[in-house]
This record gives sequence, structure tokens and C-alpha cells, in this order.
Amino acid sequence: MADFNRRRVLRGILDGGAVTVALPLLNCFLNGNGTAMADGAAMPVRFGTWFWGLGMAKNIFVPKKTGKDFDLPEEIAMLAPVRKDINLFTNMQAFRDTEANRCHFTGWVINMTGQAPKNGQNTPGETIDVTVASQIGRTTRFKTLNATATGDPRSTVSYEGYNAPSAAEFSPMNFYTRLFGPDFQDPNAKDFKPNPQTMVRKSVLSGMLDDVKALERDVGAEDKARLDQYLTGLRHIEQQFEQQLTKPEPRAACVAPKALTREPAAGGDAELYKARHEMLTNLMVMAVACDQTRVFNMNYSAASANTVKAGYEKPHHTTTHEEPMDEKLGYQENCSWFTRRAMESWAYYVKAFGDMKEGDGRLIDNMLIYAVTDHGFARVHSLDGMPAFTAGRAGGRIKTGMHIATDNSTVARLGYTVQRVMGLDIPSWGTRSNNTSKEFGEILV
Amino acid sequence: MLLRHFLSRTFLSQSFISAGAATAMALALASCSQPSTEGRVAVTGPAAPSISSVSSERRLRLMTSAQYLNTLAYVFGPNVRPDARFAPLQRTDGLLSVGTSIAGVTAGQMEVYQKTAASVAAQVVNAENRKFLIPCAPKSETARDDECARVFLKKVSRLLYRRPLDDKRLDEWVAQAGAGAERLKDFYTGLGSALEGMLFNPQVLLISERLEADPKTPGAMRLDSYALAARLSFFLWDAAPDDLLLKAAEKGELQTEKGLAASVDRMLASSRLEFGVRAFFDDMLQFDLFDTLAKDGSIYPNFTATTVLDAREQTLRTIVDQLIIKKRDYRDLFTTRETFLSPSLAALYRIPTTGGWVPYEFPADNPRMGMLTQISFLAGHAHPGRSSATLRGKALRELLLCQPVPRPPANVDFSAVENPKSTHRTARDRVTAHLSNPVCAGCHKITDPIGLALENFDGAGRYRTTERGSPIDASGNLDGKAFTDVTGLAAALHDHPALTTCVVKRAYAYGTGGPADANNRATLESLDKSFAAGGYRIPGLLRAVATSKAFSQITTTPTATADASAAGGVAK
Repeated sequence: MADFNRRRVLRGILDGGAVTVALPLLNCFLNGNGTAMADGAAMPVRFGTWFWGLGMAKNIFVPKKTGKDFDLPEEIAMLAPVRKDINLFTNMQAFRDTEANRCHFTGWVINMTGQAPKNGQNTPGETIDVTVASQIGRTTRFKTLNATATGDPRSTVSYEGYNAPSAAEFSPMNFYTRLFGPDFQDPNAKDFKPNPQTMVRKSVLSGMLDDVKALERDVGAEDKARLDQYLTGLRHIEQQFEQQLTKPEPRAACVAPKALTREPAAGGDAELYKARHEMLTNLMVMAVACDQTRVFNMNYSAASANTVKAGYEKPHHTTTHEEPMDEKLGYQENCSWFTRRAMESWAYYVKAFGDMKEGDGRLIDNMLIYAVTDHGFARVHSLDGMPAFTAGRAGGRIKTGMHIATDNSTVARLGYTVQRVMGLDIPSWGTRSNNTSKEFGEILV
Repeated sequence: MLLRHFLSRTFLSQSFISAGAATAMALALASCSQPSTEGRVAVTGPAAPSISSVSSERRLRLMTSAQYLNTLAYVFGPNVRPDARFAPLQRTDGLLSVGTSIAGVTAGQMEVYQKTAASVAAQVVNAENRKFLIPCAPKSETARDDECARVFLKKVSRLLYRRPLDDKRLDEWVAQAGAGAERLKDFYTGLGSALEGMLFNPQVLLISERLEADPKTPGAMRLDSYALAARLSFFLWDAAPDDLLLKAAEKGELQTEKGLAASVDRMLASSRLEFGVRAFFDDMLQFDLFDTLAKDGSIYPNFTATTVLDAREQTLRTIVDQLIIKKRDYRDLFTTRETFLSPSLAALYRIPTTGGWVPYEFPADNPRMGMLTQISFLAGHAHPGRSSATLRGKALRELLLCQPVPRPPANVDFSAVENPKSTHRTARDRVTAHLSNPVCAGCHKITDPIGLALENFDGAGRYRTTERGSPIDASGNLDGKAFTDVTGLAAALHDHPALTTCVVKRAYAYGTGGPADANNRATLESLDKSFAAGGYRIPGLLRAVATSKAFSQITTTPTATADASAAGGVAK
């Protein structure tokens, strides 16, 4: 492996146009038992999030049994095939303290930042995925990837800063092009031909960095942070160029999918959500398998979900407010119908990563997915009784298949736990009542 | 209207830097200076007197994708048109435009900028377009030619940076093009790499505002000429300044009342005003909602993706026709029966029509009257499968009267009144039940009596007289003015004092990039008076905003100081 140091391979060939570089067999990049890279480095652990809107109905969602082999009430019965790969956390609370309850916002913002938002538009700062990406996402082509099944790029719970939401990709065809279009470098390709135009492009960036600095004199103090964001963005582009000039490490599981030729029509119908979610998930799984990113986000529905059930006049959110409780069933039937569709897609997401091989194991064994929502009990839009999931074993760092019913713990406790698992050396996380330094020790190995 | 579109496209079919640019500009300006009888904007005379001593704030705005495309269309012509899908902006104080002043930039966005820039640059230097867009030929296509590169980059950079580049930076771009040409053995690809960098340069995509001391008001600061040109141009044309406006800035004309008035009048008379007016109303009416709007096809099978596009276009066409071409009173937009129809809309309006867009006037006995009865408002503010008196009432309050409606409490429970077994058959029955609940009544009294007047239109905007077999009662009340149907609502809205103050507020905020609030009271009051005195004509309002002192004078803050090094007014 050392003989194929990437910089060494590249040295002197950039000006040479097309270059063919002989490569060893793929399996020599893994160790003997397929559990680590050949040089002894552990398989990278990836971090993902998954979001669904409008919580659940407690009496048909929360298992009676805690710990291993928990029961699956009817609203999450579809999770049976992936139960062994997930953990379910229930009865948590997003503490807003003295801040107003900004419906459909406060809950997920606390999940993603550990802090209650001070307005209904911007987060208090960067979200957990961005924090983790700063730790583990610096070496891949994309620091993070965001996608949504809603058809709306604003359906995102990822913010790079208080005023910088990361737009979500909603078109599977566009997502394909971004991931596997002309700029994709197949890590398993026999030939590696660095594009000399990329080197030219990269050289242009240095002057642009100076242009950002020159702008400082024309902006107020409060806008300097935005210039810093621009600077960071340019450095991200610089890094992407650098990677395009570098022979990627082979990835045995990476097989670029065929180009998509069609995608679901616009609209909020749950069937369209499902179709989009599946297509986007399949692309996301392969993007991770090809090591294009190590941090990713998927939004099944938006906060205040407006998913539509064909022929039923109320979208999901309106249903939560307006559908009468069915006395016989003990819950809002149509409202639960929407939640069940979300849980089916969650099961699909987990299974998709579980079905992907990596070395001798599965991709999901080397990842940690953090799945959250905006409210607890959908009907009253509560911030207590909130559920969340994790999926994956994070390279053997956590146990799965458990239900942990908390005693009204802050949701930030799970956020803190996953950050610790991902290697962030933080003594605590969250503010005020959401501040915590207590991990969920039950799931830690 | 169609003629106007034709002229518009004709103007844009020539790029500024093309060989035929001079001819195109002459033609375009000739047409602008001789408005047709149908109604060019004829607001002339000296600039309005200073309307107040207040000022606006310096902004750093992020260019929108529409502004980027409009600018490219001017600089390079219509053959260069990338798929620019910039990240959506966050609406702030009612406007996306205000959101551009606080929007951050993410790594994902930067990728989009770079890809878009690469696409544009490749199109500009390709074998077909280079003949028209690059005003010189290199000595050799396989080698660097700094002289030719400089001619092109100097011309283009002035338009993209919105001010001339200083020699040092221009030298760097020329050197970049040369180094690229040497490495790639291709003059045009090297030139394209420099252009690509320019097209996603922070000084291009971030609209910063350089200040200078205001000699007319000791101690005060104002936008420098180029920054003022940019503010004017993005306000009125939704694009960067053109060559003539930059020349006016260069000569210092924009800093004189007479010179400013002349430039503003030229811009108001230009066919490019349509782009600016469309952008303003698209923002004010929150038409970005159409980017994701869809209806339940099993309930509204005639409401298709084409309907979504056409609903937005119908209202924008009506606005341009009524307010800019015919120079009608802004309030009449809500009572006029004149509009335009397309085949997909005709199906919902149940009116036979021929292909394409055609002007149409609803007969006097038709309930359709004004913008509120257009599909854009009715379907845009409804649920995917049904109408919503609350959403429509809320939209009317917030979008047209600038009256924010409080958000509902988290645990609001409407299930009692929505119970299908109940006797509430119409929206009015259900809303009346809401109003009996004191928790709900506070807000619903603000929205529902207005929205109920629109209940004769279902969630797709189709006319109906009954709901679930019961007749619809469309009577209501708008702030004390009672009416019996939607035509009465239109009349009440027409005369509502907040209708005109709201559009003034929005226009000022849109133009200056910040919220119009109590700090701007004196300016807004003055603009209100000017708007009324001019008969509520939108071109007059735009002119008053653009020539107001607050538009160019900047609030002095500790960071807003003149930079002596910027005296030359060039980009560095």
C-alpha cells in the first residue's frame, strides 16, 4: 500500500494529460479479515441523520418493554426487520425554558443544536451533523450531503451557521448527477487521469481568497462572519479540486449506479414521498459506500409535515389538529397512517445501509444514524414524550436492538451521546435545561 | 403585452459585449426614450425633494439566481443560460429580498456557484459563442495572448463587479488566463478559467456597498456612486447595472439630483423594468410557494404542474399590464376584471380559449374580480385537497396589508368542529364553531371573516355555490366594512388604507434590503404621501423610493467609515 501513496503516484503526471496507473487488486486494501483497511486503520465510521415530522401517538408507538427484544406496537410494527440494528429512545423532552414554543421548530432545533431557538427562523448555531463533519468529514469529496423526499429544498435540519441552512437535494436525477455525474471519480477504476483543467481551476482560487479579504472593508462587523462562511466555502471547493487530482482509495463496495432517466413528479402524496425517499436513499448509500461523504442527512418529511394521503382532504399536519380521536381505536386513525408511512421509510433507510456489504461486514456496522423529529405526541404538538432512534453500531462502539425509556431526559442527552461516540471530545452539550454531560451508557460498548 | 415581451426578448437577444452591442443598445434606448401610447412610464421631472433626513443601512446582499441570470443575459445574451439553482433564501420581514441581507453561504451553495460559473464560462468561450462574445481573436488559439485576454476581461469584469477593476487585480486575472492557456495549450480554455473564477467571485456574488462621506450633509455617509448604481439596478431591473448606469456612476452624475433623476427615469422607461417589477411582486406575494405547490390529483385532477406555472404567470402578467404598461392605480389591481388566460387555467376558470396566452376580461356579472379571485391566490393559499378560509385570510392580512397574524398555539384542537359526524357542512359552520372557542377566536376573527368571502372558490380556485350540498354564504367584513360576496371584499380591500401603505413599505424594504420599521417612519410617511399624490401609480412609487435621500444615505455606525483608499471607486 505504501508504494501507492497517492501523492507519489500523482507526482509529475499532472502535466502529462492522460496517464494510466496500474493498481493492485482491491482486496489488498483491506486486512486479512476485512474489518479494517490494509494499513491497519479502522474502517471509517460515518454519521447520518434522518428526520420525520410530527412525532407519533404514544399509545401505539412506545413499546411496553425496555431493553433488548422490545415489543413493536402497531405504529412501528414495520421496524421488525431492522429492530436488531436500531435503538429506540422514548419519553425525552426538549426543554425550551423561557423561550417561546416555536411550533415545528423548537423541538428539532434542540435535537440538532442542544439549544432552544430564539426565533422561528434561524438556529442558534451549527447543527450536530456539521459539528461531526468538522471532525470526520474533511477528507471526502463532500463534507456533508443533504437530501429530502419532500420535493422542497427547504426541508432541511442541517445548518452550517445560524443563518446558513444547507439546502436539501430533492431531485433524484440532480442528486445522481451531483454524485455520479462527470465529476465522479470511480475509486475502483483501473485508470486514473487527472484533469489538467482542474489544476488550472484550483490556481484561480488563491486570488479569490484575497478578494474575500478585500471585501471586509465594505461590510459591517456583523457581516464579517458571512465573509468567513464564503472563505470556508472556497476552501471546500479547493479541497474538492485537490481530491479530483488525487487517485482515490479503492472501495470494494462502490459501484456507480446507472444514470436515472425519470423521477417522481412534484407533489406531497405519500407515495411520491416514498418513491423519492427510496431513490435518494439508494444514491446516498452508494455515495457512502464510495466514500464520497462520511456525513449525510435525509429528511423524509418536513417539520409540520404536509404529506398528503390520496383522496383524503387534509395533509398530515392539518390532520393532527382536526381529526377526531377515534374512540374505539384510541388514536387518530389518519394521523397514524401518516406516521406509519414515515416509519416504513425509516425501516427502508436502515435496511438499505444494512444490505450494503463492507469488508466482511455491513456498511451499517460502521455508521451511526441519528433519527429525530419535531414533536412528541403529534396531536398536541408536545415537546415532551419525544422519541428518537439511532441505527448502526458505529464500528462496534455501541450496542443496538434496545429500547431506552428515559425519565424525561433532555433530548440533548442523545445528541451528546452520539457526538461522543463519533469521537468529539466535548465535556458537555446543550444549554440551560438541555445542558448535559450524561451519556446513554446503556448503549455504549 | 406580447409586443412588450417581444421587445424585451429582442433587447436581451443581443449581449452587451457582442459585436452588435452598440446597435442593440441604440435600438433599445431609442425604444425606451419614445414610449408607446400604450403606456411607457412617463414619470419625469427633477428628483423628488429630500423626503426626510433619515437613512438606510449598509447591506451585504447575496445575489439571487434570478439576478444572476438577468445579469448574465445582459452581459452575454440569451445563448448563455445556465441552470442556476441557487439555494432558497429565507423570507425575512415578509421579503426574500431582505433575507438576502442576512443569508449565509454554505459549502453546498459554493459548489453550486462553482458549477454554474463553470457552465457559463464554457458556454461563453465555446466555438460558437466566442465569435460574438469575445471582441478580439488571439494571435494563436493554442497559446496565451494577454492583450486579447485583457480586452475581454476588462470589459466583462466591469459589468460583473459592477465597477472597474483596479489594474493590479485585472493583471492577475489576465495572468490567470495566460497561465491557463499555457498549461492547457488553449487560449479559450485559459480565458474561460479566469472568467469562471470571476463568475463565482465573492465580489460578484456578494453585493457589498462601499461608502463615502456625503459632502451635502457634513458628518453623514452615503453610498458611493457605484454602490448606488447597483442598489438602483437591482431594485428596478433585478440585475446588475448596465453600461450606461456605470458610466453615469463614473461621471458622478448619480450623486446629483438631476443626474440621479435622469438615470432613474431612463431605467423606469426601459423594457428591463418588467423584470424588476415581476421580481418585486413575486417576492411580495410570496410566489416562491409555487416552487413546491401541488394539489391532490384525485380531488383536483385538472390542477397540473402546468397550472402551477401558469397561475403564477397569470398574476404577474396582469400586474405588469395593469401597473406598468397601463399605469393603473395600484388599488385597481384588486378590482379589475382584465387579465390573461392560458389553456390550463381556462379549464379551471371554465372558459373556452384558444392556445397560448390571451388577454381576457371577465364579464360584469362574473364573480371573478381582481387578484384575489385569480387561481394564484385561491389555490396558493389553500390545502392540497380543500379550500382554507384561514390561510386565505391570513395571506390577505400579511401579504397585502402587512399585518402579521399570530401563530396558533401548539396544542390547538379543531377535532370537535371537524368531526365528520357533526352538522358542520360548510367552512362557515366550522369557522363559526372555532370562534366560540376563546383560544381560537383571537386570531381567527382576524382572518376568517375575510377568507370566508372566498369560499365560493374551492382549493384549486374553481367557482362553486355549494359545499357538501349546502349553499355557501360568502358575506363578511373587512375591518368594519361589511360585504355580501367576493366583489364586496374586493371593493373593501381596494379602499383599505393599509393596502397602499403596505406596498410602500415593501417597496422601500425591497429596494434597501432591510426591514421597513419604526426607524424608517419619516421616510415611509413621506413615500405614502407621494404615492397618494401621484394617484397610487407604481412607477411613481419606485421613482420616489429610488430618488429618496434614505435610499442613498447610509446610517452612520462605527464600522461605516469612508475608506480613503476607495476614492478611486474601483474594485480590488
